[in-house]
Amino acid sequence: MTGAAGVTQSARNKAFIDWSPILLNLLAFACGVGLWWAITAAQMVVLPGPVEVFTRGIELIANGQLPLDIVSSLRRVLTGFFLGVALAIPVGFLMGWYRVARALIEPYVQFFRMIPPLAVIPLAIVTMGIDEAPKVFVIFLASFLSCVVATYQGVISVDRTLINAARVLGATDRIIFPRVIIPASTPFILVGVRIGLGSAWATVVAAELIAAQSGLGFRMQQAQLYYDLPTIFVSLITIGILGLVMDRLVQAAERRLTQWQERAR
Amino acid sequence: MTSSTTDVPKISFQNVSRRFGDGAGSFLALDRLSLDIADGEFVTVVGPSGCGKSTAMNIAAGLTEVSDGRVLVDGKDVHGPGPERGVIFQQYALFPWLTVRQNVEFGLRIKGMPATERRRISDHFINLVGLADFADALPKTLSGGMKQRCAIARAYAVNPTILLMDEPFGALDALTRVGMQDQLLDTWTQERRTVVFITHDVDEAVYLANRVIVMAARPGRLQEIIPVDLPYPRTEAMRLSPEFAEVRNRVWHAVYHQKPQIESNI
Ligand SMILES: Nc1ncnc2c1ncn2[C@@H]1O[C@H](COP(=O)(O)OP(=O)(O)OP(=O)(O)O)[C@@H](O)[C@H]1O
Ligand SMILES: [Mg+2]
Repeated sequence: MTGAAGVTQSARNKAFIDWSPILLNLLAFACGVGLWWAITAAQMVVLPGPVEVFTRGIELIANGQLPLDIVSSLRRVLTGFFLGVALAIPVGFLMGWYRVARALIEPYVQFFRMIPPLAVIPLAIVTMGIDEAPKVFVIFLASFLSCVVATYQGVISVDRTLINAARVLGATDRIIFPRVIIPASTPFILVGVRIGLGSAWATVVAAELIAAQSGLGFRMQQAQLYYDLPTIFVSLITIGILGLVMDRLVQAAERRLTQWQERAR
Repeated sequence: MTSSTTDVPKISFQNVSRRFGDGAGSFLALDRLSLDIADGEFVTVVGPSGCGKSTAMNIAAGLTEVSDGRVLVDGKDVHGPGPERGVIFQQYALFPWLTVRQNVEFGLRIKGMPATERRRISDHFINLVGLADFADALPKTLSGGMKQRCAIARAYAVNPTILLMDEPFGALDALTRVGMQDQLLDTWTQERRTVVFITHDVDEAVYLANRVIVMAARPGRLQEIIPVDLPYPRTEAMRLSPEFAEVRNRVWHAVYHQKPQIESNI
């Protein structure tokens, strides 16, 4: 590259590429914490500062309470989530592949989608008692509903020519299903899984706020009674971090499984 | 109207019509197409965009139903697609999650062919279309022309007796295109297949064909059938010959100077 345009181009590249995204992320994080510290230190709001919250976090880890809460929340969310996804994928395929199944199932799916999973909690507690079952059920419902819709959208949007291409090569429906429909709809399903995990996570915390004897939501609820702001903060931050980590894991799996996709980037 | 033979035509369109949609918004894509294609014949199909070329081909492939009329292959009504009719689609239609080799082997794999034999056949056709260096590449990393060549290799691999090709060389550059044309004719003379080849390129249509089928639009219908009385193998010298130019001009005229709504019952 030569000339003025080339020079500005490379100069611009230097300015931006040297700042790798990770560095920028860290910078943004540091700024956020700094701002938080500044606001609380200046007593502009009655909130705990970063130092206080950090100390409480260490405390809660040391006495084992935080790990315990994390484990109980994660156990609930993952149980419900895996059950939900495990049912959603076959049901979604059924709906996408067979018109009859779609017509029979879709009204229910659309109807229950309109009910926030949390609104089912009272019913679940009355009918299933107050132990793990109602919480797992609500999470199951949340992840099932978001994943089933994505799966069947994926199946119905498989490119018609790909199916035709398989058919002219001699493939029957029994072959087209595993060899074309499933791979072609995988990206949609994984988006559904990701959304499902997000809504499962959101639901578990809220479910624990209402009815639980352990978990991150329960801890916050307790802390609220004692006006224990640092513990609330620790819980909130933990919820955010765990949610983020899970989302990234699904995203990584998604990348790996759908690396064949042409991505606009 | 039929070309030569007394025996059954390989493909026979008999008064085939195809209408898309119904009621006021319906559209007659194909209007009473009748055409016999002999076994081992190479026909090319030209005509303005939207004249029903792809529709006619999809009907022969068994992917589209007729609204009226019949299509016979080997004297039998077409019901759905089959591996004896290879199709190369206008939109490549490669499986994006499979590599070039896996795409080429797709039809062989579902036939249950053992891996070593599959490998031998896929190697052969991948070499034939010049994709040896990209055998393990995913389609997203290929250029348009390379994708098309992969689709061609995939169709050849299952060894169909009929090849239905919908603008297979449309995305190729002029040089590769000429190479692919000669290659296609080569394979065709070695192993006689019946080829129906859709193209927009009048030169290509004449260079390849026994007969050029010219179609007209609105409604899609047969306009004219122009025989190409040049011997095979076709050569570059032939391409530049006055005989070639004459046929070419006829086809050109039939395609680009169509009077609207002429019923041509050839
Ligand atoms: N599935 C469909 N639904 C409705 N209309 C269709 C459908 N397929 C084709 N058509 C219409 O039928 C007509 C013929 O289409 P076709 O694809 O056969 O044209 P073509 O000759 O192959 O054109 P091109 O050279 O552009 O590929 C077009 O006007 C198109 O709009
Ligand atoms: Mg077409």
